Formats: sequence, structure tokens, C-alpha cells
Amino acid sequence: MTVLLDVSNLNKRFGGFVALESISLSVQPGERVGLIGPNGSGKSTLVNCICGTLHNEAGSVHFDGHLLDGSTAHQRTRRGLARTFQLPRPFASLSLIDNLRIPLLYTVAARGGARRAAHDIEERCTDLLREVGLEGKARHLPRDLTQVEMRKLELARAMAAEPKLLIADESMAGLTHSEVEEILTLLNRLNGQGVTIILIEHIMRAVMSFSQRLVVLVSGRKIADGAPNEVVRDPEVERAYLGQ
Amino acid sequence: MRSDIFFVICLVVGGAVFAAALALGNDYYFFAGYVVLQYVVLATAWNILGGYCGYVNFGSAAFFALGAYSTVALHRLHPMPIPVDVVFGGVVSGIVGFGMGYLTLRLRGAFFAIATLALAVVLQTLIVNWDYVGGSRGAYIVRPESIAPFGSYIKYLFLIMMLLAVGAITVARLIERSRLGYGFATIRDDELAAEASGVPTLRLKLIATTISGGLMGMAGAPFPYYIGFLQPTSAFGLEYAVNSIAMPLIGGTTGWVGPLIGAILLGSLQQIATVTISSAVNLLIVGFLLVGFVIAAPNGIIGLVRKYIRHKPVGPVGRRRVEADAPEPAP
Amino acid sequence: MIFSFDLLVNAIVSGILIGAFYAAVTAGITISFGILDIVNIAHPAFIILGSYIAYIINATFGLDPILTAIVAMPAFYVLGAGIYQIYYVSFEKRGQESMRGLAFFFGLLFITEVMLVLYFGVDYRYVEARYIGPTWHFAGLDIPLRILVPCLVSLLMIAVLQLLLTRSFVGRAIMAVAQDQLALKLMGVDPVRIKRIAFGISIATASLAGAFLIIIQPVEPSVGREYIGRVFAICVLGGMGSLPGTLIAAMLIGIFESLTATFYGPSWAPAVSFGFLLLTLAVRPAGLLGR
Repeated sequence: MTVLLDVSNLNKRFGGFVALESISLSVQPGERVGLIGPNGSGKSTLVNCICGTLHNEAGSVHFDGHLLDGSTAHQRTRRGLARTFQLPRPFASLSLIDNLRIPLLYTVAARGGARRAAHDIEERCTDLLREVGLEGKARHLPRDLTQVEMRKLELARAMAAEPKLLIADESMAGLTHSEVEEILTLLNRLNGQGVTIILIEHIMRAVMSFSQRLVVLVSGRKIADGAPNEVVRDPEVERAYLGQ
Repeated sequence: MRSDIFFVICLVVGGAVFAAALALGNDYYFFAGYVVLQYVVLATAWNILGGYCGYVNFGSAAFFALGAYSTVALHRLHPMPIPVDVVFGGVVSGIVGFGMGYLTLRLRGAFFAIATLALAVVLQTLIVNWDYVGGSRGAYIVRPESIAPFGSYIKYLFLIMMLLAVGAITVARLIERSRLGYGFATIRDDELAAEASGVPTLRLKLIATTISGGLMGMAGAPFPYYIGFLQPTSAFGLEYAVNSIAMPLIGGTTGWVGPLIGAILLGSLQQIATVTISSAVNLLIVGFLLVGFVIAAPNGIIGLVRKYIRHKPVGPVGRRRVEADAPEPAP
Repeated sequence: MIFSFDLLVNAIVSGILIGAFYAAVTAGITISFGILDIVNIAHPAFIILGSYIAYIINATFGLDPILTAIVAMPAFYVLGAGIYQIYYVSFEKRGQESMRGLAFFFGLLFITEVMLVLYFGVDYRYVEARYIGPTWHFAGLDIPLRILVPCLVSLLMIAVLQLLLTRSFVGRAIMAVAQDQLALKLMGVDPVRIKRIAFGISIATASLAGAFLIIIQPVEPSVGREYIGRVFAICVLGGMGSLPGTLIAAMLIGIFESLTATFYGPSWAPAVSFGFLLLTLAVRPAGLLGR
């Protein structure tokens, strides 16, 4: 089976500070990978480097057989990579439905194929909103949303890009128990439709139930990568992260 | 409403304005009207980059003057009909806009803004030193007395500027409603998220700068004919920089209507005021209005109207990341 | 173009001296833009304001411009603090500093310039002092005192500022607020207050810089505009928030401008700083997250 995402020896520094040191990671199509680690361990930096928001100094990222280095963030999204942001970043002056229109207009349309009719796009956006339960607020602006609704919008927008791989960066932070379940259900459904998912989270219960494989990042280095049950029993992982 | 229908309607309205001015029987109205229409083009052009994309251009005077001076340069080579000058001026300004954008748009909006300020100063230095177009001494363009079938030449200039104004707002409206307009809005709202959603931000910003610069150049192209004697101080005048920013910000930046309203209101006010008070005080008032509106009424006149009609606070439009609400307490 | 070694050396020395002055002009921007990330393009307008204040006092009472400027500094500080407060409430808090904040400062720049034109007219103004006029001849160099004195006081001002930023509590809080506002809050320090103080200091330096300016050259209201490109070029080239960096960058630009003026003509000087600005912007790391 060919690897979908192949991160090889990624290095990133900010001035004298080493944020990522020789990170290597590969993700198979359809996999559910959990990425955990203490705050400041470099998880978001890793996502930013993979998605092209930041440039890594050394190492390479291959996605779906293509080398991503040198390409811009929007080009990577068009290849099938999508991500959510830790703090939701909706387009504040656009309605919810317009927020979803953007990836459809710029990512899906750019991949070629027949030009979609306007009402097709409208329908697809409404369907997506319905999937995340935000259909009722389709014409509202993002500022009218609650915390959890904003995260759902963030996810819906990533889904609108019809990705092959979705990186969900702390989509559940600060949510209640039932809200976490809602997001998990969504992610599981997505995965069922064939989308590979990397879940970055602090909520261990969610990560454990969701992931087929667990990767642990501490101080910019990968210290564990394997089946969730084994990884959590790893003494180094306990010491560095779980014991806190 | 489809864009071509809108264009025709605007032409009709423009024609009505022309007829009204004709009926008043005084050429002064054409001179004043020309300036107001010129500002409609400048404000609309500015807003395509400033209001739609959120990138502030302080060097409108530079692009305007480029249009004016390309007309002079072309005229020295061989006098051309004004429409040719307009196209040429637009192309020159568009290219410069593209070039400057290419150098500075990969970075934060602040650097682009600073670069546009510096550009205006440098361009003025270059023109002042370029004798072919008259340098600091200035350049004369002989304006014909009259031109059939319009009568006095100013009527012809007025009509050209009217056409440019109609064209500018049609283009602005077209952009607003197109995929491009959505892309511009995402750049304004959150460029990082835009890139992550597949929007080619650099390419779009370059398109915006080119169109914006090009339109400003077109507005400047007929200027030497209007003024008869072109000097760097008048072409690079402070009023162009401040008005192209003040008019959209006071009118409202989210659509094509704002700059139009701002230009007509502020432009007319200034035409009236110049006759009654000095032009420096005139500009001072514009400066105060700009600062006042930006602080107290960020959405401009359109925003105030909306607020008054709907009795609902309209959030400020601009680069704003919505603060997430406090998380609900766990059960 | 007549090349002579004498001319070259004079040009370089002159460039270094002017560079020190440029550093004083830029110091305010280093604080407001380099450290606080506020794009105060109106800074040159405050410098010109400082020049005119020095001019009036000098013309009326014959007082030394630099002394006048020092006395005026508290007033400039209050002005700066007030402007920051408006800026913060209207823009920073609402998250709109990018477009509307810029327009705000542009408005201030514009208003200041037009008011000066209305009040003083467009004639060039200059000050008189004992050190304006005589030239110091030293080892084959011609150093006009009217450039040397501001240069030396500029260096003093920058040294004092650097000490303030690195040794005093307020100074270190200012450096900290640029990096981690939350940590500062947790320490019981109000970031807004610190930024207000910093911006006040930034505008206070404009008072002195204005005095230097009018000693070195005659001033009229639009002179400020030439400095906008220069000042930001120096700030960026100097590494944004670093005063020593600003000093070195300023001298570099001073030297290049001086060489250009000597061998190609003074009218090309603005192009030099603009060229530097574009160059430094092009060489900076690309990417929206990188600073």
C-alpha cells in the first residue's frame, strides 16, 4: 500500500530555538493517526510545515507521491491536504455558507473537471452545513456562533475542500463531553468516507478511542510511534507527557 | 442584475447627468463635474485593493501621475486621441502596480503600504529629473478650443471621464459578485486561512494591484488636457493620496456603492469649498473627516445607514479574527 | 564625475555623521514599529512638528534648538500616549489595525502637514545657533559643526534609549510586551499601559530628532515625506526592534546616500533609501508567519 503522507527528517528552527528536530512520520491512506504531546512540543509547528504555512529548513514532505517542498499552502490544499486551525479562523465578513463556498470555488474547482453550476455549489455547501448541524445558521456571520459551532464550521470548511488527508488541530479544546462526542462522530464518519485523519488533541479519551496509531512529540522530537495501548505504556511517554 | 444591464443603466444615468449639466448652460459645471468623476474612478480603484483585499495604497498620486505623464510622453512622440492615451496610461500604471506588488505583496500589508508611500516620492523625483516630459518646469498640452459634436472641449473630457467612471464601478461590481470577489474578501479577513482553503493569495493580490493601479492611471491620462499645463506638484498632489483613501473609507468599503457615495459627496463638497475657502483648509477638513470616520464610523456612511435601518449593530468589517466565546462549563 | 580620494573620504565621513542623525530619526520607529508592531507612518510629521517648535522658540527667544527640544519632550510624550490610547481603543482592540489603523496614521500625517502649511506657509525655515556655520577642518576632512553636533547628541540619545530598554524595569517590560503579552499580564503588568508608555517615548524622541533636523537643513512642511521610506528601510534593515541594528543600518544608508549625492547628484538621494527598502523587503524571509 502506498504511503499517503511521508514526512522525512523535518527540521525547523526559529532563530536559535529548535522547534522540530528530525521528525519522520508516514501515514497510510485511510489511517486514523493521533498526535499528542505537551504544549510547545511542536505539534502545530509540524502541521504548519506540512501544510506550507511555514517553511522547514531541512527534510522533506511527500504527499500522494508528490514532493511538497517549495509549493505554497494553497497548492498543497489543492493536492488534497486540509487542516483546521487550533484557534478557529473563519472568514469573519462572510456568512457560514459563503465560508464553505471558498474551498469549493478555489480548491475543488481548481482540480479540474467540469465547472460546477452555482446552484450545485450552493447545494453542496448546504449539505455540508447539515452534516455538521449548522444548517440553521447558514446565512449568519461567524460571530453569531458558539465555541463548538465555530469548531464545527472550521471542520466543515476543511471538509469542503474534499481532502484526502485532514489534519484536525485541537478541534475539541474547551468543549463539553457531549460536544467532544459530536466532533468524534463527525471525524469517524469522515474517515468512513475514505478521508485519512491526523487528530491532534489533548483529550486523551478521545485520542485513544479514535486513533489506530499514536505519535508522541516532546520538545520537537518524536519519542513514540505505534499502537495506542503500547505507546501509553511507554515509560518515556509517561514521564514526558502523561505523568503531568 | 447582470453586469451588462447594470452598465447600460449607468450609461443612461450618466447621460442624464450630462444633459442636466448642458441645460445649466455654464461650462463651470463640466469642469467641476470632471473632477468629481475623476475621484469616482480613483476611489473605486483604490477600494478594489483597499476595501476588498485590505491592502492600503498610499501612493494613488503616483499611479495617477503615471497616467498623466504617459500621456505627455506619448504626446511628445505623436499626439494621440484621448482614448488611446487612456489605454496607454492604464497599461503603464498597471505594469508598475504589478511590479511593485510582485516585490512587496508576499509580505505583510504594512510593508506594501510603506512601499507605496516611498514609491510616490521616488516617482516624483524621477519625473522632476526627466526633461523629456518637462521636468520641474512643467509641460504644456495644447487643448483644442472645441471638438465636434460636443462643443467646448471640456464637454468631451467630461464625457470621457463619465465613461471611465461608469466602467470603473461596473468592473468593481463585477469583481464583487464573482469568484474573484470572494477570494479578495478572504484575503482581507484572514489570509492564512485563505491559503489553507486553496485561495492563491499572491496571484489574487497581484490581480487587485494591477487592476487598481491601471484604473488610477486611466483616471490620470486625460488630466494634462484638462489642466493644460502639467507640473509634478499638481500631478503628485497631496489631494489625490488623501482623497482616494478618505472617499472609500467615508463612503463605505465593502462594495462599489461606498466609494461612489464618498466621491460624489466629498468631491462636490470640495468643489464648493474651493470657491469659498482656501484649498488647504479644504484638505484639512478631508483629513479630519478621514480620521473621524475611521475612529467613530468604521463602516462609513453605508454602515451608518445600515445600522440606522436595521437597528442592529453592524460589526466592523476588516481583518478581524472573531474572538472565541468562553468555553461552556463541563457538566 | 570627478573621482578624488578626498571627495570619497569626505563623502563617507559625512555619510557616517548623517547616519547617526538618521538613527535618531528612526529610533522612534524602532520602538513603535520594530518592537510594538504599530505602523506609525505619521512619525516624520511629529519630527517636523519638533523642528517647527524649535524654530519658533529660536526665532522668538533665541534659545538653542536642542535645549528647546529637550524641554518639549514631556509634551511630546503626552501627545504620544494620547495617540496610542485612541489607536488602541479604536483599532487594536477591535483587531483592525491593518487597514484602518494605517489610514488613521496617514490621516494624522496629512493633518499635521497641512496645518503646518496653513500656519507657517511653504517657505523654508531655519534656526540659528553658534555651531551652525563654522566648519571643522581636521586631517583633510571638512566637517560642518551643524552636522557634527546633532550627530553627537543623536548618539547620546540612542545610548540613553538603549540603556533604558535594557536596564530599567519599564524598558524591559517594553521588550517583553512585544514577545509575550500574556506572561506580562500574569506578572501583574498591564500591557496596554506599557505600550502607551513606549509609544509616548517613541514620539518624545521625535522632538529631539526634529531639532536635529532643522539644525542640519532648512525645513518646510513636506520634508517629512522624504523620511518615511528612509526610516522604515533603516528599521527593517536594522533587524526591526534593535537600536544598535538601527544605528548600523542608518550609517550604511547614510554612506550610500552620501556617495550617490557626491558622485551622481543630490536629487537621486530619495531613490537610494527606496532601493534599500525594496532590497531589504525582498531579502526578508517570505511567508506570512515569519517576521
